[in-house]
Amino acid sequence: MSKLTLTTEGDRNIVIKRRFAAPPEAVYRAHIEPALIQAWMLGPDGWTMPKCVSDPRPGGQIRYEWSDGKGHGFHLTGEFIELSPFHRIVHVERMHLPDPTPDNHVETTFEADGAGTLMTVRMTLPDADVRSKMLATGMEHGMEVSYSRLDGVASR
Amino acid sequence: MINLSDAFQALADPTRRAILARLSRGDATATELAKPFALAQPTISQHLKVLTEAGLIVRSVDGTRRPCRLAREGIEAVDQWLGALRDALDANYDRLDAVLAEITQQPEEKNP
Repeated sequence: MSKLTLTTEGDRNIVIKRRFAAPPEAVYRAHIEPALIQAWMLGPDGWTMPKCVSDPRPGGQIRYEWSDGKGHGFHLTGEFIELSPFHRIVHVERMHLPDPTPDNHVETTFEADGAGTLMTVRMTLPDADVRSKMLATGMEHGMEVSYSRLDGVASR
Repeated sequence: MINLSDAFQALADPTRRAILARLSRGDATATELAKPFALAQPTISQHLKVLTEAGLIVRSVDGTRRPCRLAREGIEAVDQWLGALRDALDANYDRLDAVLAEITQQPEEKNP
């Protein structure tokens, strides 16, 4: 059912691939326009993103704030590094829980795939230890990433 | 209860993943595990120590042998955790599918 795959590469990368029916331009826009981001990047059930700052130019700020509506929340900050409409976005981000997590360097590419898009998100963490902690604590807010299978290990 | 951070740290090493893959096909002693990887005994011992402490393998005593096997509880805990993360991520991207359907269909709605 899931169209999502996740693999780890080396000891500090995580790669997510996901296909969408929409063309690259639409998927790209949904990753940089605040009103669109707030409609989907929500995390666990019941959570919303009341505040979203996204200034899509090199050096531009990113700030996402999530809330469960019951007084709990957390936020993410980051900066855009490179943008190539509608093909590629490079940015760094960190969660504030409330202490900031180490920077996650993220390259997101959008390739035409028939009438749709193949999106590839490639995350680079500072080291293996940070990646391990990130996976163990729910990949930031438990929605950045998932795992397909542990290369046949976990499935036996 | 296994420490997921330790488990993922243990899984970050390709040799340790290969050891787990080997053990998924059956129990093996440290000596048996060292052979295919061409590793010195102290090196394999260190990897087995990390995997044991992470709760991913257990070592039993069978006469003079001390075979290693996968720790079902630890492996399942990691698998379930990853499944939950995957579900959370899927939920987001399913919502994104809906958002994309909306923004890409708007221009055509004038000519139904």
